Order: sequence, then structure tokens, then C-alpha cells
Amino acid sequence: MFIIKNKKIFISISIALVVLSIISMFVFKINKRLGIDFTGGALTEVAYKDARPVQADLNTSLQALNLGSVLLQPAGETSYIVKSRDLTETEHALLLKALSNDGKNVLTETSFNSIGPSIGQELKFKALLLIVLISLAIILFIAFAFRKVSKPVSSWKYGIIVVLTLLHDVAIPIGIFTILSHFYGVEVDALFVVAVLTILGLSVSDTIVIFDRIRENLRNQAMINKINFSETVGKSLEQSYVRSICTSLTVILVLLSLFFFGPVSTKYFALMLTAGMFFGTYSSIFLASPLLVWVEEMQTKNKENKKKK
Amino acid sequence: MWKKRILAIVIVLIGVGLAFFVVKSEYKLNKNFGNASSFLQNHQFRLGLDLSGGSHLIYKADVSAVPAGQVSDSMNALRDVIERRVNLFGVSEPVVQIQEGGFISGNSDEKLIVDLPGVTDVKKAEDMIGQTPLLEFKVEAPKGTPQQVKVGPDGKVNLDASQQYVSTELTGRYLKKATLEFDQNTREPKVGLQFDDTGTKLFDQITKDNVGKTVAIYLDGAPISAPVVREEIPSGTAEISGNFTPTEAKQLVGRLNSGALPVPITLLSTQTIGAILGNNAVHAGVKASIIGFLIIALFLILWYRLPGLIAVLALCIYVLVILTLFKLMPVTLTAAGMAGFIISIGIAVDANVLIFERVKEELRSGRTISDAVATGFSRAWFSIRDSNISSIITAIILFWFGTSLIKGFALTLGMGVLVSMLSAITITRIFLYTIEFVGEGKVARFLFSSGISK
Repeated sequence: MFIIKNKKIFISISIALVVLSIISMFVFKINKRLGIDFTGGALTEVAYKDARPVQADLNTSLQALNLGSVLLQPAGETSYIVKSRDLTETEHALLLKALSNDGKNVLTETSFNSIGPSIGQELKFKALLLIVLISLAIILFIAFAFRKVSKPVSSWKYGIIVVLTLLHDVAIPIGIFTILSHFYGVEVDALFVVAVLTILGLSVSDTIVIFDRIRENLRNQAMINKINFSETVGKSLEQSYVRSICTSLTVILVLLSLFFFGPVSTKYFALMLTAGMFFGTYSSIFLASPLLVWVEEMQTKNKENKKKK
Repeated sequence: MWKKRILAIVIVLIGVGLAFFVVKSEYKLNKNFGNASSFLQNHQFRLGLDLSGGSHLIYKADVSAVPAGQVSDSMNALRDVIERRVNLFGVSEPVVQIQEGGFISGNSDEKLIVDLPGVTDVKKAEDMIGQTPLLEFKVEAPKGTPQQVKVGPDGKVNLDASQQYVSTELTGRYLKKATLEFDQNTREPKVGLQFDDTGTKLFDQITKDNVGKTVAIYLDGAPISAPVVREEIPSGTAEISGNFTPTEAKQLVGRLNSGALPVPITLLSTQTIGAILGNNAVHAGVKASIIGFLIIALFLILWYRLPGLIAVLALCIYVLVILTLFKLMPVTLTAAGMAGFIISIGIAVDANVLIFERVKEELRSGRTISDAVATGFSRAWFSIRDSNISSIITAIILFWFGTSLIKGFALTLGMGVLVSMLSAITITRIFLYTIEFVGEGKVARFLFSSGISK
């Protein structure tokens, strides 16, 4: 099959994409893009009844409040988003007063979110805990699911390949996200972490559907005692790529609907997941199976080399 | 065969019943909602703060003074007090919950989370929670206690009233309840107090020791009245008559009844979402769900033809079951929760896709339609199970350890995956067996194939 024959090309494409993503993480400094969920701080959104006041004027009156660095961002037609350190209720009232110019500019506060630094620390810890736990659980699950496959490639190698493709599936959406965050100011928040973890859960299932088929075909062939590994993998791919694409496509379709029509707060979440689903499917067809064949070929080569010696 | 058909009809009827329930129990969908039964009225979708508008406050409770074994008791007491206070102000469906500290949950502090739907004025919300009516009973200081006398700038001599009295052990903590009463002669409002057992003993002792003297009642550090004790009062009842207006007296009764906070609290974070923003999010979420559903339905019918149509029917029932569960459990829906639900629609048809692809394959290998359907189901089951397990694992861990935002997503996604596994397999199977009468002709084979192939 085409993909197996050209496996080196596809493996290189994936490696290139992952490397690019990692580079973009460093170049665009994703660690500087943490939202107030993690760092603590306040986000105030106000909508003016009439046209919003000039940004420069507001900036001067906000500076006078001594709230540290205050960032004013225009949003929508008549709104501003104000980013600052976390505010007490008194400071919050002062901020609103300054924004409305002592009540001269009529405004409504559409949302206010102030998070103390200790809550941010807690979320950081929780995010790390979740990533570790879910990765462990998924690795255990893979080890369990493939415990019966051992010939000609042992089951732990399937496991490692699945984990490698998972890293690939997560790295590329994060890379895309860093580019988005650089150009559109999107921040890393709690939903970002959830998106990464959900991608882990969803994309592993896709790889498993294909490996499942390989497992079944290997078992059938073992009965007639004739195994051509790369052919079997190619055949399994051919049999299952349509369903693999279809199952992901249905999820991508609803995610796109969520991105285009859904609430603002989950827009980038939907986009992250769409990218994750897309590359998850891509990797289970174009990366996992080629890697599997490649591993098997290396194995045989090693054996032959040993025999020669 | 007929049994299966009857079963299919029953499922459709249940679906219609669920649809009826979902629509009729929603204020916006039922024109006659006011007259609906209380069961329907009580089962509207429960919307989270980010959708309904309101305030979300996180408090840290300072339990350093509480002995280690009693932390959870005093946290429960704190929750009860705040719940009572919030209820006093007429907030509809407030949620007050404790987040325990400890390594596993990732918190270092004991926290209290207060959700106040509809309250967008943070100042007001903070006030209603933070107010601590501190009720104290003080007795006259023994004679000879040195009293400091201040001479004011205008030359007047001020006797500091607080030094005339000394604190006793009796505080509002030992109050059983407060009631609003009116003086029979003057019609003035006053507040009646009933102490609990310990309070009664303390009050008995105080009155016994102070016959003929005054006992001062302090509220929030200020004296409100200092009646003279005529005789020992063993019954544990007392009354405060200040110059109250009826409203003041009523408020005081409410505040006294809600009790004092057992541990001090400080506000860690606040989040307020305006009602308009929340409403927009609901509209967008509903729109995204409907469009997502329609696209999936279209895809299924175009790609999988007759089985696809049946899968759409199964998907309708899946959606109705999930929505009914959301209402009955009830699940508090947030924007993230709605996202979880929408994604679950996409995942729900995965099982169908796996089955239909397998059926198609079995058809190609020369089986009859009914054979192909049967083997398709049995062989696809393992893939379905394996491919859903990882999503379920992720959802469970997210739900277990996540913050409330993450929990909302994990719950709807996890429920969706579980329910869809059952609905996609059982319901689709029953429906597919029902229509076996299509036969084995070319048309039937076309209807059961998929994609662009013939």
C-alpha cells in the first residue's frame, strides 16, 4: 500500500511538524501566555451604552489608580476588556468609576473575574496532576489492550508507538495554539489543559481502531502460518482507514459547528480539539502504522545482522 | 420478529414521551408553562453561572485555630451558616460547597465556594456573606477597676463606655433562636432571644450574680441596650429592646438566626457574569448543538443511506435520553458542559460508523444482509469498547480531580460516551432487525452499502 511503501516520507513529515511546533512553543514563548486562571489577576469587561471613550484618555485615568500595570483592550463594538492584578472589592469599584469617568459614560459591566494568586497556583498543580494521571492511565490501558499481541512485534512496542503518536497529536495543536496566541492574544487557560487532555483520550481511540484490525488480521494469518508483516499492516490500513476517518469526521463536524456558532468562551477550545482530532486521525493512519512496519523491519535487519556475524 | 417490531415501536414511543417531557418542562418552549404540573416546572435545565449570569465567589477559611479533628465539622457549620445567610437574601438556588484541603485534591487550604445565580453586584454579594452579627452579653465591671478618662479637645470628660463592662462567656454562639416580638404596651418592636442549654446555664449564672445591676447587650461591638436585672432568669430567655424600626428588628432577627461564622473567611477570587453575556452563550450553545446535530444527520444519511437513517433515529433518542438525564439528575450546564454534550453527539455516532463499516465489509464478502448485520454488530463491539474506554478514562480523571469548570465538561462528555455506547448499539440493532423485510434485491443492497460505491 502507498502509505507503507512511502513510510519514510510520512514519518519525516510528522517529525517536521512536531519539530516546527516545538520551535514555535519556544519562539512565541508559550510559558509567557498563561491566563489569569494560572497566574492570578483580574479581568473586567465593560460595555458602553454609547460609543466607548478614547483608549488614551482611559489609560491616563487608570494609571492614576495605582493598580500596577493595567492593560486595556478594545472588544466588540463598544466594549473594553481590562486586565490587571487581582482586585479587592474597593479597587474594583474604583476601576469601574474610572472607566465610567465618574458616571459620565454610562456602562454596564458584562463580566468581572478576579482570581487570587493562590487559586492560580492550585490550578497549575491540578493541571500537572491531571496530565500525569491521564497519561499514566492511557499507557496502562494500551498495555492492557495489546497484551495478547506478541508476534512479530511485541506488545510493549505497540504501546510505545501509541504514546509517540499521542505526543505528536498533542504537540501539533499546541504549536498551532502558540501561533494563535502570538497573533490573536489567546491565553493558556483551564480549558486549554482540558483540550489537551481530551485530545489524548480521543486520539488514542483512533489509533486503537487501526491497531485492533492489525491484531485481528495477524491472528487470522498466524493460523495459516504465513506472516508478511508490512503487507498485513497495509491491508489492515486499507480496510480501516475509511472508518477511522469517518469516526473522526463526525466529531470534527460537531466541533466546527461549536467553533463557528458556539459560545465565545469555548471557541478556541473547539479549535484546539478540531486540530487534535485532525492530527489524531492523520497520525493513526500516516504515522502509527508506518512506524510499526519500520520497527518490524529494523528488528528483522538486526536479526539478520546477528546471523551473519 | 414481531417481538422486535413491538420493541422498536415501544422505543419510539418512549422517545416521543421523553421529547414531550424535555419540551414541556422548559419555560421558553412551553407556552402554557405557568399551568404545567409542578413536576414539569421543577425540571427546567439547570444553568451554571456562566450561562445564567451571577457571581461565583471562592473563600478561604482560616482553620488554623481549629483542632485537626474538628476541621470538617467546623467547615460544615460554616457552610450551613453561609447557606442560611444567602437564603435570607432571597437568592434563588444558591450553591454553597466545601472544597476540602489535602494533597490529593491539590488544595492547600480549606475553601468555600459560593455560587449566587442572578446576583451580579459583587459588593452586595460579598456583604450578604461577610456580615457577622456579633452578639455579646457583658456585665458591669467590678468596682475599683481603674477607668481611663479621656479629656476631649473641647474640654469635656468622656467616660469610655466599653470599660464599664467586661465580657462574659455568653455570646450569640449559644443562641438557639431569635424571634420578632412587639411590646404589648408601646407596640415597639423588640427581639426575643432563646438560648440553648449551655447558654441558658450561662445566662442563669450571669443574672444570678448581677441582680440589681445592668447587663449590657452588644451587637457588632456596639451596646444596644443595658437592662437592669431584677431577678435570676433560669428559663434562658431574654429580650433586646433598642429603638428598632420594625425592619431593623426583622433584619436583626434574621441575622441572629443565621448565626455567627465559626471560622474567619477571606475572599480569594470572584467571578461575575452579566445576564446578557450568559444569555448569548446559551443561544450560541443551542445553535451550535442544533447545527452540529443536523450536519451529523445529513452526513449519516448521505453516507450510510438506510442504516444511516436509522442511526439518525437512534441519535435522536440518544439526545433525548441525555437531555432528560440532564434535567432529572440534575446536571448544572455550563458553557464547557454544553461543549462536552455537543462533542458527545459526534462521538455517539462513532459506534454506528464502526458497525456500518463492518456490515458493509461483511456484505462484500458475500453474506446475506441479515447475516452481515448480525456479524457486523458482534465484530464491531470490541473496537467500540476499546475506542470508548480511553475517552471514559479521561472523563473520569478530569471529573475526579478537576476544578468546577473542568468537572462540568468531564461530566457531560463522560455521560455522553457511556449512554451513547448503549444507545448506538442496542437501539440501532433493534431498528435494523425490524426492517429486514427489505429483502435481498439490488435496491436493498444499495440501501445497506455506503459511501460513493454502488
